[in-house]
Amino acid sequence: MMAYNEEQFLMLSGLQHFVFCRRQWALIHIEQVWEDNVLTVEGNTLHEKADDPFVREKRGDTIYVRALPIHSYTLGINGICDMVEFTKTTKGITLANEDGQFAVKPIEYKRGAPKKHDADIAQLVAQVLCLEEMLQTTIDEAALYYHETRRREIVEITEEWRDKVTAMIKEMHQYYERKYTPRVKTGKHCKSCSLQHICLPELLNKESVLAYIDRMTRE
Amino acid sequence: MKRLLNIVYVSQSDVYLALNGKNLVLLKEGEELGKIPILNLEGICTFGHQGASPALMATCMEQNISLTFFSSSGRFRGRLTGAINGNVTLRKKQYEVSMDELESAAIARHMIVGKIYNAEQNLKRTIRDHALRVNTERLTQVVERLKQARKLAFSITSLEELRGIEGNAASAYFSVFDECILQQKEDFYYKGRSRRPPLDRVNALLSLAYSLLASETAAALEGVGLDAYVGFLHRDRPGRTSLALDIMEELRPVIAERFVLKLINRKQIQASDFIVKENGAVLLKDDARRSFFKLWQEAKQEQVTHPYLKEKIQWGLVPHVQALLLARFLRGDLDAYPPFLIR
Ligand code: SF4
Repeated sequence: MMAYNEEQFLMLSGLQHFVFCRRQWALIHIEQVWEDNVLTVEGNTLHEKADDPFVREKRGDTIYVRALPIHSYTLGINGICDMVEFTKTTKGITLANEDGQFAVKPIEYKRGAPKKHDADIAQLVAQVLCLEEMLQTTIDEAALYYHETRRREIVEITEEWRDKVTAMIKEMHQYYERKYTPRVKTGKHCKSCSLQHICLPELLNKESVLAYIDRMTRE
Repeated sequence: MKRLLNIVYVSQSDVYLALNGKNLVLLKEGEELGKIPILNLEGICTFGHQGASPALMATCMEQNISLTFFSSSGRFRGRLTGAINGNVTLRKKQYEVSMDELESAAIARHMIVGKIYNAEQNLKRTIRDHALRVNTERLTQVVERLKQARKLAFSITSLEELRGIEGNAASAYFSVFDECILQQKEDFYYKGRSRRPPLDRVNALLSLAYSLLASETAAALEGVGLDAYVGFLHRDRPGRTSLALDIMEELRPVIAERFVLKLINRKQIQASDFIVKENGAVLLKDDARRSFFKLWQEAKQEQVTHPYLKEKIQWGLVPHVQALLLARFLRGDLDAYPPFLIR
């Protein structure tokens, strides 16, 4: 399998944009245009996390690692895991400076309500793929934690999701290489898109410019 | 649409700009003249030789507030911009197109078509609104000539020829521009363009309006990630914001010229608002310039329906929208560049 180098890495967190709308992802990650509310907010939260790296906490049988930087050379992505839980088990991986074997479970913190969103799942699956590659293990489930209800939703890492996320990331790399911003079907989701004033989705189904000039200047 | 924020115009040349907390502070001989929250600003335009503190400049760069320097007579000197909008792909495409005569001409001709069409509309409006007072025959003739020029421009693929057509159309239009001045005719007349320096009141007003429009257009272009210095119709010249001048072609008649005509025809500005220098240069007095800026800023708040987007926007956002449309065309979302055509 082809491997990417670090220069080519794409942001893992971009997956949530990509799932929401491929064009939105391209506008942010290829064209690097954004309105304050998208990336600055994201940047700020990343900042908070970055200020708090590798916090390791041990409680009973479990080690909690926060803000863990992750990457995958096969997928060509990198990012940060909110939290990874290493729980003692009989057949897991070994960790430096720790006795025994551990099972790995990434947990992603979400601000909103407990609704397993495709974008959230995709992001989590990508994290799993990174961790599997880095730790040389398999991870069957991960979790989303919702602040609003303080509840944890278990997400099963299915083959289907693995394939889907792998394919998506491949597609991202293709767009990125061509520096291509896809034209997409616009719809209701555009209304809640923070980039609509830059994307101008209505342009994607507007009359042609030549027809416009003709219409305006005809007498 | 993007929010239209305020631009602060500092017209006195002995004012120093500083930062205090989250405020822009205007200082004169150490005294505080005024304080404006940075949050509500889109740009600061300064006229003359005053300074600005490094802290203020840093904040402007960070928050994407353009800081523009004009000479005291209103000539554009330069602008401070931050590092945001690092859209390399878009700019590369822009440079590619600018080096290709055919592709450049395809964009430039729409701008010229827009310019001529909008000039026609200005004259037609004068005919329509003041048929009894103006020489309609002369105006109608020019409208007809402009229409021919516009149709010709639409098929031109050489920049050289396009400039020729544009030049002819402009002189036809300005040969009757004086007809559009309906009030205070003994003090305000237009006999021809004089730039450096402007030799009559109308030219002084036009120069100032063009200057403001040029700097706002340049800021709008940079705001969407385009390089204001690399144009299609206007070729590269050190220090010249060629692309801003390109986009301005179509905006001059509807933004700058209409604004100046309105000032005169509504008597918002008077002969006594000007001074004549020894070299014949006509300048606006300080107070008058202040009211010019105020009215300019007010005009920017008025609504217009964008003819292509069919969306209501404020006039002040028109340069921004045109910049956005140009960027979207260069990125392949549109079949051509849609100029701003007024109804
Ligand atoms: S406005 Fe619509 S099409 Fe454009 S980026 Fe947003 S969601 Fe995608």
